[in-house]
Amino acid sequence: MKKFINEPDDVVAEALAGLAAAHPELRVDANERYVARSDAPRQGKVALVSGGGSGHEPLHGGFVGPGMLDAACPGEIFTSPVPDQILAATKAVDGGAGVVHVVKNYTGDVMNFQLAAELAADEGLTVETVLVDDDVAVENSTWTAGRRGTGATLLVEKIAGALAEEGGKLGEVAAIGREVNAASASFAYALTAGTTPAAGRPGFDLPADEIEVGVGIHGEPGRRREKLRPARELVRSALDAILEAKPVDRGDRVIVLVNGLGGTPLIELYLVYGEVATVLAERGIEIGRRLVGNYVTSLDMAGLSITVTRATGEMLRLFDAPVRTPGLRWGA
Amino acid sequence: MDVVLATAWLRAVAESVTADADELTKLDSAIGDGDHGVNLRRGFTAVTALLDGTAFTGVGDVFVRAGGTLVSRVGGASGPLYGSAFRALGKALPPGPVVSLPDLAGALRAGLDAVTRLGGAAPGDKTIVDAFRPAVAAFEEAVAGGAALPEAAAGAARAAGDGARATISLTARKGRASYLGERSAGHQDPGATSTWLIFQALADVTAP
Repeated sequence: MKKFINEPDDVVAEALAGLAAAHPELRVDANERYVARSDAPRQGKVALVSGGGSGHEPLHGGFVGPGMLDAACPGEIFTSPVPDQILAATKAVDGGAGVVHVVKNYTGDVMNFQLAAELAADEGLTVETVLVDDDVAVENSTWTAGRRGTGATLLVEKIAGALAEEGGKLGEVAAIGREVNAASASFAYALTAGTTPAAGRPGFDLPADEIEVGVGIHGEPGRRREKLRPARELVRSALDAILEAKPVDRGDRVIVLVNGLGGTPLIELYLVYGEVATVLAERGIEIGRRLVGNYVTSLDMAGLSITVTRATGEMLRLFDAPVRTPGLRWGA
Repeated sequence: MDVVLATAWLRAVAESVTADADELTKLDSAIGDGDHGVNLRRGFTAVTALLDGTAFTGVGDVFVRAGGTLVSRVGGASGPLYGSAFRALGKALPPGPVVSLPDLAGALRAGLDAVTRLGGAAPGDKTIVDAFRPAVAAFEEAVAGGAALPEAAAGAARAAGDGARATISLTARKGRASYLGERSAGHQDPGATSTWLIFQALADVTAP
């Protein structure tokens, strides 16, 4: 393992210290382990709190700021935060209008956020939970833990965050978050596994000419292995799976996210975006907005995910609304 | 079981998950994200610190506080699951510095119930439950048959080991390994394995 770290056990704490040093506009509580807007709590504003394992940067800490999250709770690498942390963040940003928890659908995240929401309710806070489960590589059945939350998390946080910023009520903010999730589908490929500092070696080994198909964002292997194929073929397969799971009609507008998993050069992400644009144009689908870059990563995994969100006019309007965070910034 | 034995059990678990952290991590890398050993080591190290600095009011108090520490320090799925198990175990015990074998058997059952309630796993889903459930059943059976604690604990550890090994052929239906579908078969479940370590630790500290 070669990484720019000191001790494996200190990576999360030291990265948080660095985030705090780089972004004085954020309030990083090193003790309780959360990142919050420095102007939180904002009275009368619905607060958004998210969190999850570390290793997905800029998700979630990099999306804290006006127009997006009020607070984020980073857990250990690929491990959900603990209830105490989530409760502390929830209390720190509650402005009396309720708090929305944005939770990616993983067993640990769901349990820890649920325990935190129960503790918050005991203290008189109102919490709504928006569960993100956009990864269509996993069958949504009783045979699995359900679809994973991946790239769509970014869009849920952006769009629901914008509505909260302009004064949306708790129910409305949660509703649009759920609407974005329901309208989103994602699919990912990996060329290599990521290496967690604690394990010190890649999560899985791949022969030089093979890829993992349907990977998540925690270094776990995917649904199957295949021979590497040209990008245009991989994009077509991914979009087939995405549009089969969440059909988009000719003439509909979508938001597309081509997301690097941490170790993929931007030149490849743009090449892939070009292929996505070609395929969607053939199908008569208009790309209303797009993002290309590393937003929901899996440490140093070489790989990418494609997310397609069938967008309403309201979603596009909120997507365009000003946002000022370390990871996403426009109009503000 | 008295307070001294309860704390000895938890210390033995801490030593065991620390010694086997790499092995648990290796199992978890195959079908999960490779952090089970590290997470449990962090959690039980915190439990050891709790044991060092606390005067407990009874056996149940030991387990309730240890469980709370695991919930607060581990994260992931294993933190809430093992934390809730120990909390439920402790709450099910009558107050006092010594508890009877039938009380302990009933409390182990309460711990198992807490895990299945929170995690929703059924037997055969390739989870903690596949080692926990047979271990509790073996413990109850031994106690009902008049066995002493060392014998009951040894039986529970054997049953947990059998259950953990039997997860190798199973396809995961809960937790992160379920994303792999049929590819999860052929690997021993890390959660069932750590449950085995916990019962083995009880057998070790009670062995005559």
